[in-house]
Amino acid sequence: MAEPLRRDGRGAHPDRDFPAYRSTALRHPKLPLVPLHDPETELTAPFLGTGPIGPIDADLTAQHDGTPLGERIVVTGQVRDGNGTPLAGQLVEVWQANASGRYAQAEDAHDAPLDPNFTGVGRCLTDEHGTYRFTTVKPGPYPWRNHDKAWRPAHIHFSLFGTAFAARLITQMYFPGDPLFPYDPVMQSVTDPAARERMVAAFDLDATVDQWATGYRWDIVLRGPDRTVFEHDLPGDGGA
Amino acid sequence: MAERNAEEVREQPLTPAQTIGPFYGFALPYPGGPVIVPDGDLRVHGTVRDGAGEAVPDALVEVLQADPHGRVGGLFGRCSTAPAGRFAFTTVRPGATGDGCAPHLAFLVHARGLLLHLHTRMYFPDEPLNAYDPVLAKVPNDRRHTLIAVPDRDGLRLDIRLQGSGETGGDETVFFDV
Ligand SMILES: [Fe+2]
Repeated sequence: MAEPLRRDGRGAHPDRDFPAYRSTALRHPKLPLVPLHDPETELTAPFLGTGPIGPIDADLTAQHDGTPLGERIVVTGQVRDGNGTPLAGQLVEVWQANASGRYAQAEDAHDAPLDPNFTGVGRCLTDEHGTYRFTTVKPGPYPWRNHDKAWRPAHIHFSLFGTAFAARLITQMYFPGDPLFPYDPVMQSVTDPAARERMVAAFDLDATVDQWATGYRWDIVLRGPDRTVFEHDLPGDGGA
Repeated sequence: MAERNAEEVREQPLTPAQTIGPFYGFALPYPGGPVIVPDGDLRVHGTVRDGAGEAVPDALVEVLQADPHGRVGGLFGRCSTAPAGRFAFTTVRPGATGDGCAPHLAFLVHARGLLLHLHTRMYFPDEPLNAYDPVLAKVPNDRRHTLIAVPDRDGLRLDIRLQGSGETGGDETVFFDV
């Protein structure tokens, strides 16, 4: 039997009904969610490894013949669960706009140049300390049509799996001091200022590489097992 | 909630979720993502719709299911709904899981305009174990049909309605708080 997850702390997530982000209007459920306690399927993590998701590539600046334009950066951090346990071997997927704020996707109509040397897709597995590390360029901010003069602050999209399907997280990492924060309803959908701050990376001298790249640190915390309730019920081998 | 082992737990506040956004299509879908089991004899497909009944062409649907012996973990699929709001998976019918649930597929739906993904499930029509399924038992009678696939000539169809229509919204898919 899979281990139940902590149910506390999820108030950090945005409300799905957030009118300032207009696309939520017709895409959030209006009826109450049905509580699901201890479901085996959702408390199990998919075995992903490196197989089904394709090649692992943590250097987004080395995927083409030339070097992409923009500020080269290192983005690194630890993936851990809500109990502080580092999560090793976790698949981390990232995607982002290029330095000009343009995605390498045909549907992106923003009038900013594509970069033939930058796709903006990366994957890696966390090491034994739960650490991930990407080399990339700092994405540019980009406009969208949510409201007049709507610009998204620069961000990198992150996808994580954790130790259960119910621990899955898709989110965005922001850069410190961006003046667009107060005007961005996606970021402001996280209404607790402290929780919002947890989506902002910190400039990090340790991650910075002399003469080569500035470094940013961003730790990610996923839902973890509910040890406070179930420790005594677990079999000796830890269950699961 | 019991706190007897609280001292062993170094509490860490969670990282908040954000929408997958509109432009994940060049990044997350992968060849074979919709093929949960190569040469599987079951096709599961459907359309994701919004509260106006319009197809949602920028959703990402992920599936986790048990194998025919009821073991969960190895069978995972991912399918974008571009360009017409439709998804389709090739797989096999799962066995019943050890928690007493009838055979089912667990679904995650991500989309632009969805700030935190949604959990739902697909159950099988004409499955006698559905009557004893502890999850279906918690779902109001008049909404249970939103979790049960409909046979058609392409396989089994499960349409996902992110938001119901009208005052009652009774056609809204049942989503779970896991
Ligand atoms: Fe984005």
